Amino acid sequence: MALLEVDNLAVSFVTRNGTHQAVKGVSFSVEEQQITAIIGESGSGKSVSCYAMLGLVPSPPGRIDGGTALFDGRDLLALSESELREIRGRDIAMIFQDPMTCLNPFMTIGEQLIEPLMVHKATSRVQAKARAIELLEEVGIRSPASTFNSYPHEFSGGMRQRVMIAMALINEPRLLIADEPTTALDVTIQAQILELIAELQRKRNIGVLFISHDLAVVADIADQIVVMEQGEMVERGHPQQLFNNPQHPYTRKLLDAIPSGQREAERVSPNALITVKGLRTWFHPQGSDEPVKAVDDVSLDIYRGEVLGLVGESGSGKSTLGRSLLRLAPVTEGSVHFDDTDVTALEGNPLKNFRRRMQMIFQDPFASLNPRMTVYDTLAEPLLLHGICDRKGLDGAIAKLMDDVGLARHFIRKYPHEFSGGQRQRIAIGRALATKPEFIVADEPVSALDVTIQAQILDLLEALGGEYGLTMLFVSHDMAVIRRIADRVLVMYRGKLIESGTTEAVFENPQADYTRSLLASIPSGHIAA
Amino acid sequence: MTTTSATDLLANAEQGSSLWQDAWLRLRKNKLAVFGGAVLLFMIVIALLTPWIAPYSYETQNLDLGATPPSAAHWLGTDIFGRDVLTQIMYGGRISLAVGFIATAVALLIGVTWGAIAGYVGGRVDAIMMRLVDILYALPFMIFIVLLMVVFGRNILLLFLAIGAVEWLTMARIMRSQVQSLRQQEFVEAAVSLGLSPATIIRRHVVPNALGPIIVYTTLTIPSVMLLEAFLSFLGLGIQPPATSWGLLISYGAETMEEYPWLLIFPGSALTLTLFSLNFLGDGLRDALDVRGSKD
Repeated sequence: MALLEVDNLAVSFVTRNGTHQAVKGVSFSVEEQQITAIIGESGSGKSVSCYAMLGLVPSPPGRIDGGTALFDGRDLLALSESELREIRGRDIAMIFQDPMTCLNPFMTIGEQLIEPLMVHKATSRVQAKARAIELLEEVGIRSPASTFNSYPHEFSGGMRQRVMIAMALINEPRLLIADEPTTALDVTIQAQILELIAELQRKRNIGVLFISHDLAVVADIADQIVVMEQGEMVERGHPQQLFNNPQHPYTRKLLDAIPSGQREAERVSPNALITVKGLRTWFHPQGSDEPVKAVDDVSLDIYRGEVLGLVGESGSGKSTLGRSLLRLAPVTEGSVHFDDTDVTALEGNPLKNFRRRMQMIFQDPFASLNPRMTVYDTLAEPLLLHGICDRKGLDGAIAKLMDDVGLARHFIRKYPHEFSGGQRQRIAIGRALATKPEFIVADEPVSALDVTIQAQILDLLEALGGEYGLTMLFVSHDMAVIRRIADRVLVMYRGKLIESGTTEAVFENPQADYTRSLLASIPSGHIAA
Repeated sequence: MTTTSATDLLANAEQGSSLWQDAWLRLRKNKLAVFGGAVLLFMIVIALLTPWIAPYSYETQNLDLGATPPSAAHWLGTDIFGRDVLTQIMYGGRISLAVGFIATAVALLIGVTWGAIAGYVGGRVDAIMMRLVDILYALPFMIFIVLLMVVFGRNILLLFLAIGAVEWLTMARIMRSQVQSLRQQEFVEAAVSLGLSPATIIRRHVVPNALGPIIVYTTLTIPSVMLLEAFLSFLGLGIQPPATSWGLLISYGAETMEEYPWLLIFPGSALTLTLFSLNFLGDGLRDALDVRGSKD
């Protein structure tokens, strides 16, 4: 018998705008000693179904409409809150997406670790502490004894996620629910955490329910994959079968959306549009004499018409470099020559006129559009500011921009909150293109989007790049995306450039150790037969 | 692109529902807020029309009549000088509402501008501007107002200014913290990269997005200003007879409340009703402007 058997689970949310069916009759199971993965995009109901059976969906607005969730023969949905509390944390444990917000910053790691142990098992403090230290070692934390008395802020994201995993395991649960446990982490760390979860599962013989939006991530570790779309389960099967012979069109769409392939190596003439020499952007945090060297002595050329990929993990300074080129971050030292003009020396009106020629596309389309402005206002602003067109030609120019970025024209009077993430990113791209720029910095433009949308936006950027004759600096932490879109690649690590070359050269024959570890940690997305 | 298709474009456009329209729809569903708004509107209309519709003159005394309880001739009774209480409340409301709205408007104008500039420019400018606010905060406010009154004499305009000058401090702080978090938003960075000037960015991108909390705080400021006026008048620092305000009426009513309770009850009810209405409306606006509740 399965450890967890969910049958026909239905959950809906009652809001002031009506009832929304988040989960419409989903059935899946987790076998003992196996990993079941639930895959779906945002809004597919994958998290809601797991939270619902643990009684973690706030009600109201949440409402469980029906179904059963048999854990060890008991229906979780029929249990009282106090019975559920017994099970949560003892028999079923959870790890969450963001290790930064899940730990209490005012309690030591150790206190937080032994708390569930003392609550559920009534162990003595000394025993609990010994057990906690043992576990910290098991999840790969160096010098666990001294870690016990540290506070969460002293750890990196990956380390915190390890602590979270230790915390989840401390009561020897039989089922571990992991909700996007690696999404907030850098790729190299992501690979380590995935490995750790798989290893612990084998060693401890527990069942794991792994929620993710990323097929490639779970492909290697899952025994069974459940694909969800808009509250419904569309396919369920063994990963190998799912990858090689997907039955449902949505699964095929998800598979196709995994960035693959490499851009045709076009011979871009090495004719530099932008030349950066000895660029330093240092920040001086308050109360510290030591400057943060976000960008430290970087020199590079960006050739006319190329897409230059810039990779690195969070904190490597890649976004700051992009912003420094556009004068959005204060440059400490060095020069940025754009077509023989030093951009770092411009002020006032000349700077404003230069801004027309270089634009930016931001990561988060939910934050990069003014919520109080319609599509029309957003696109009209740059057009009028730089005199791209006069009032009479404005409507036509806006219509052309909307066509170019693939937005239906009847959306013109709508506000950002009425659009999906992908549509918002299209508006943001339209705004960047409105000034007819020569150079665009795209800062993680697809990282906040669902995979299928991500593929569409990449196609769009590629097409527009050709049509508008753009030169692009494409900043991303995602190696697969970079490989797909970039002509050349730069690798950044702790504020310095450590590798550069054509995409082919960097991927086939990486020189720096760090680049090699980056490449090794890309989730394969292919099943070893 | 031809002109025809451009015209079509606007003609066929689906009208988006703005956050404000959404907020208005939600506000209308909130019965208490609608009630609050209706009562306020009623009060304001009455206050505007008072000189024409007041049943009696507010300064003519009738010492023979003296204080009488509510009757057919005087619905809310008369005070010890034989003046009609209803008339007094109507004229008092003119002053109280005017102080409430005008002083708040003064506070709003200064506070929002000050806070927006300090928050957006940041650095040394911010430090100097906000230290000034801190200093003004630290000044004992009563002494400040007494000084003003002593130096310039009692004057209703001065009262507006004095109260406004105190209330803008909190407004500036709220605005500044709003702007500071907005300044980090990517859409403001996008505006910078488009080449917009700081003044345009503040006007078009920052202030409209900070308005929600500001509007809510405004509806909370108006009652506190009205209470302040009542308090000052109670101490004899505000309005001077024969002009009157709710605060003054309550103060006189309180002196004689054992013999003539209606002199306290009716002005007190008018003030309380207004304050309740403003609070209901403020709560309603806060909920209505909460974007998280909007349709997705």
